[in-house]
Amino acid sequence: MRIDTRNLPFLATLAIFVVAYALCVSQFPAMLSTRVAMNLLTDNAFLGIAAVGMTFVILSGGIDLSIGSVIAFTSVFTAVTVGAGLHPAIVLLLVLVLTTAFGAAMGGMIHLLKMPPFVVTLAGMFLARGAAFLISTQSVPLSHPFIDALSSFYFRLPGGGRLTSIAMLMIAVFVVGTIVARRTRFGANIYALGGNPQSAELMGVPIGRTTVAIYATSGFLAGLSGIVYTLYTSAGYSLATVGVELDAIAAVVIGGTLLTGGAGLVAGTFIGILIQGLIQTYIVFDGTLSSWWTKIAIGVLLFLFIALQRTILWSTERGQASRRTAAMGAT
Amino acid sequence: MTGAAPPPLPAGAPLLEATGISKAFFGVAALTDVDVRIERGEVMALLGENGAGKSTLVKILTGAYRLDAGSIRLEGAPIEPRSVADAQGLGIGTVYQEVNLLPNLSVAENLYLGRQPRTRLGFLDGRRMQRDARALLARYGLAIDPGSLLGTYSVAVQQIVAIARAVDLSGKILVLDEPTASLDARETAMLFDVVRQLKREGLGIVIITHFLDQVFAIADRVTVLRNGRLVGSKPITELDRLSLITMMLGRELKEETLGRSGGEAAISSKPLVSFRNYGKRGSIEPFDLDIGRGEVVGIAGLLGSGRTETARLAFGADKPDSGTLTVEGEAVSVTSPETAVAQGFAFCPEERKIDGIVADLSVRENIILALQARRGWMKPLPRAEQIAIADRYIKALDIRTAHRDLPIKFLSGGNQQKAILARWLATDPRFLILDEPTRGIDVGAHAEIIRLIEDLRARGLSLLVVSSELEELVAYASRVVVLADHRHVAELSGEAMNPSAIMAAIARPHGSAEPATREVAA
Repeated sequence: MRIDTRNLPFLATLAIFVVAYALCVSQFPAMLSTRVAMNLLTDNAFLGIAAVGMTFVILSGGIDLSIGSVIAFTSVFTAVTVGAGLHPAIVLLLVLVLTTAFGAAMGGMIHLLKMPPFVVTLAGMFLARGAAFLISTQSVPLSHPFIDALSSFYFRLPGGGRLTSIAMLMIAVFVVGTIVARRTRFGANIYALGGNPQSAELMGVPIGRTTVAIYATSGFLAGLSGIVYTLYTSAGYSLATVGVELDAIAAVVIGGTLLTGGAGLVAGTFIGILIQGLIQTYIVFDGTLSSWWTKIAIGVLLFLFIALQRTILWSTERGQASRRTAAMGAT
Repeated sequence: MTGAAPPPLPAGAPLLEATGISKAFFGVAALTDVDVRIERGEVMALLGENGAGKSTLVKILTGAYRLDAGSIRLEGAPIEPRSVADAQGLGIGTVYQEVNLLPNLSVAENLYLGRQPRTRLGFLDGRRMQRDARALLARYGLAIDPGSLLGTYSVAVQQIVAIARAVDLSGKILVLDEPTASLDARETAMLFDVVRQLKREGLGIVIITHFLDQVFAIADRVTVLRNGRLVGSKPITELDRLSLITMMLGRELKEETLGRSGGEAAISSKPLVSFRNYGKRGSIEPFDLDIGRGEVVGIAGLLGSGRTETARLAFGADKPDSGTLTVEGEAVSVTSPETAVAQGFAFCPEERKIDGIVADLSVRENIILALQARRGWMKPLPRAEQIAIADRYIKALDIRTAHRDLPIKFLSGGNQQKAILARWLATDPRFLILDEPTRGIDVGAHAEIIRLIEDLRARGLSLLVVSSELEELVAYASRVVVLADHRHVAELSGEAMNPSAIMAAIARPHGSAEPATREVAA
């Protein structure tokens, strides 16, 4: 099979992950166990789910800075309302409706007011964080039989690994996300929008509807991510998950999605998440390194990938330019 | 490609008929009472200079703009396309000069975006899409992999993909806006084969182009617009090059007749600027040109003939790759606007909105811009001096503005043009290059700009003026250089310099080996 330049960044990410994992295993053979692999999935489940939403947003040429705040809001809201006696099933449903509507509202503003997504979602970020503080400034513990049943459900794998409910949910979100991106008209419209919104509009893509749907999806997935985070920590805290949106953006970009939109794969984001998780796991295994090395490693990787994307862009642009001049020279 | 056989038309009704189309933007008329009609199986060329209203008309027909007055009938039934998608649904498809497809998607995805075939479960049927795309493209003689990114193919292929999409979507009328602008001869032939095939299938095709040879090669009928009005619409068989050029550039009804000022008397024997064998490959072939002190030299030619390129080259906005330039007998190198300004050159470009004004800056700031740039940004002009300069030129050129600190975007086109002129006059230039100084401004303001040009000449400036208003050009220029196919094909002066002689020079077939002719009447 011929390698498409479209998939080059994804393949590069995949190669880096495989090589990095092999290096880790050669140093700490225990990292090959299902236990480590499953923990990696469980620990990053909430980030992975939010990053799928971020992938859609970035593919469309936008950005969503509100994700971290929405996750915090969701966790506080869930902990407080369940603590007040509402049934968790209702609360979870309600919180998803709220965050989806919040995302849709931001998408509507971006489209109707022709405002840059950066500014609108920045406002959304402050708003959601503020709302979380308004509900509670304390860390609110969460305990309910329904919640406990959800969070403690897992499949035991050979080798002692536990495939937890939230890890399964993340994998399901990635699978559905991939199908939506590649196999639906909505997905095709997202890529079209990220390519060139004017052209997309001339070709009949419903810009407004698609924009609202993209940010609504991101809001929904941030809500889902918040629920997963609440199950994972069994608490709601308004100061939690500060800057998670930036981790999500990093995962998307390391996963090979073009930050300017129009090209990338949902599966790439999954690899991006795994790479981040792998670095964290390595640092835990090593035991002497500061956890800040995670940030440094991610920073280096981001630079690498931005440089890679630029080179690919330049090489394709040069290809087009040479064709164009060839066409002009012949006249 | 239209699928089912076309339904019978009401007797005598054309495929598309637009009558009395008018459109104005912010009170400035872009189209006035234009009638146009397209028959089934006909290729109609829509011609006109920049700003003639071609694109406005096309955008009205294709739903991008709403008309102010008039009506459109498609197959006899009145239509009012509200959007591009709406027009497409009615049967009118467009392919723009800049291919409006998505290079980041595959060819097949581009062909079927928004109407992809789906499986029973509602998911995209990628395999069927590839198959359909392959079959569709085969009908246009394209055997390419529909799964590859569109951006990896040449502009010609992208153009044909765009046509395939437009025809597949609409199927009655196809509008091609400058489709050959970035194609070579072989690619153009390939595109025209496609156009002829569509014509045989009964589509009505509107093609906008400024290549006259292509008009004669492909068009059945020619419709010419000028200054937003219909000049005429004639079968190609009734036209030759000269009559076509006359339709495009010929005399317009004007209330005042312009007296000829010429200004030969004032020309000193020694030229101020002198270009020798000056040219740039792919832009304008090498030319010789002398301009004396106090002389106006005109440049005439059709759109795309190299007239703007000549102006840009003279100012150093484009770099020459051959020839020499002397100013007052001294060899100089003008390879950038900065070096040109240092020589006392000044340039008012054609695209005022894009290259000229800084819309959000005030009239004062726009006027002092070039002078400030010349002084260097580290040495700002004192505010009092700025005000003095601005006020002097606002008064001298009669720039109508409520206040010198009003953002220039609120001024009319003619006054913006005068402000740009003021910007350059403030630098006290020796040589002024004007590209279409009267384009896009009211007819009334034309006379003022012309008077200004004559004043400047009288004060000893040398001017090079590009204009498609031939009547005006011969009135103020002492010589006119005629361009065609990126070459200086003639230089006219004296009695030989008149609009019909200029048009004849443009129309004359130009062998590439033959040198430019000089016609000077005694």
